[in-house]
Amino acid sequence: MAGVRVLVGTRKGAFILTSDESRKEWDVAGPHFAGWDIYHMKGSPVDPNRIYVSQSMGWFGQTIQRSDDGGKSWEAVGNEFTYDGVPGTHQWYDGTEHPWEFTRVWHLEPSLTDPDTVYAGVEDAALFKSTDGGHTWSELSGLRTHATADGWMPGAGGMCLHSIIIDPTNQDRIYVAISAAGTFRTDDGGTIWRPVNTGLSSTHIPDPDADVGHCVHSIAMHPGKPETLYMQKHWDIMRTDDSATTWHEVSGNVPSDFGFPIEVHAHEPETIYVVPITSDMEHYPPDGKLRVYRSRTGGNEWEPLTNGLPQEHCYVNVLRDAMSIDSLDSCGVYVGTTGGQVYVSPDSGDTWQAIVRDLPSVMSVEVQTLK
Amino acid sequence: MIRVVLPVGLSTLAGTGREIQIDVPGEVTTHAVLDAVEQEYPVLRGTIRDHQTQQRRPFIRFFACEQDFSNESTDTRLPDAVASGREPLLIVGAIAGG
Repeated sequence: MAGVRVLVGTRKGAFILTSDESRKEWDVAGPHFAGWDIYHMKGSPVDPNRIYVSQSMGWFGQTIQRSDDGGKSWEAVGNEFTYDGVPGTHQWYDGTEHPWEFTRVWHLEPSLTDPDTVYAGVEDAALFKSTDGGHTWSELSGLRTHATADGWMPGAGGMCLHSIIIDPTNQDRIYVAISAAGTFRTDDGGTIWRPVNTGLSSTHIPDPDADVGHCVHSIAMHPGKPETLYMQKHWDIMRTDDSATTWHEVSGNVPSDFGFPIEVHAHEPETIYVVPITSDMEHYPPDGKLRVYRSRTGGNEWEPLTNGLPQEHCYVNVLRDAMSIDSLDSCGVYVGTTGGQVYVSPDSGDTWQAIVRDLPSVMSVEVQTLK
Repeated sequence: MIRVVLPVGLSTLAGTGREIQIDVPGEVTTHAVLDAVEQEYPVLRGTIRDHQTQQRRPFIRFFACEQDFSNESTDTRLPDAVASGREPLLIVGAIAGG
């Protein structure tokens, strides 16, 4: 029977929410890894029972967990993330040179074809790859040693590589996004990288149109239309139709174009979702109303989705990896909040219900569609 | 046998009780104890000290016999009471918060 498995990473552990196709009744399992920060967890599209988890804590550093049975049992795999060669320095907040230091894994992106291959986006920003199921990790150092890298600066949350998208039609083409450096693309599997930020404009850097320095919050792609990507930037919602060579703004009529996640409908490549947040200082929804905004025109024209979401006194945030979609016939949309709620819409955003209301602060939500 | 008390987060990770007992060949120093712990429980590699530099992670402390060995050389001999198993080496997650 078709159903969904929702992988929820929180500030104090991981939770797994499962339901059938109706997405009305839910089983809640967890916390797994109680007390630890779970920045991200994601299943292999090839083998959904293979799930990778980033487990970390300020005291004890980074651990990677792996399940081969859909989250029933776990094995700690490799946690050694060593930068390639002499790491060098990047700019610190005060403009001084700061040594590149590994802190944690922000995002895990399993290969589209091999369950043993997985990419890890880390802080300080770099991309690592494992081809043995997470036991050993090697840096794809062409990114971190790009000519512009010594000028990258951390955002308030640290200098993190938080978004990884593999082109399903050409898996040597990979996009990553770094705060606050911008978006980068490789066309050779990760050896040579180039910044792809033309069209972005950011007022927090001296040259708003610079090649690097942009605080990209997340990027998204529909697998059926891989030349088109969408971006939620620190401010501005952006779109490209030429594989990120050029971007243009599609913020349109959203009440605020600040936000963190962006997602694309499973079956409609021009239907996209964002969660407007008031500002970079006020990390909560405008007017205390949690509204997911949907555009059916690939941006510019947006409608608020409110049915079942709190429309008063709501001051939570939705972080960059905390929105996801399923690919059931009626596309489901999922949002996790810093207040510990996980909401589901089983009808593309028209109506919403809370699956859980009182989890620890949610950092990531990934959905597996089980058919 | 050397007795080592782990912080809750690490005993959970290693699937042990709070106290483990471990053989430490040769002189009983913090370095030797940690080598033995990591040999027996590879999942703890990188969680107490850095993989490469072997430096103690900032929020980890080493106590024994009511003394703080955190900032001593890791090659310093631990007290006889630890070497004989009468007292444990405490690996402590430092208080961080208010």
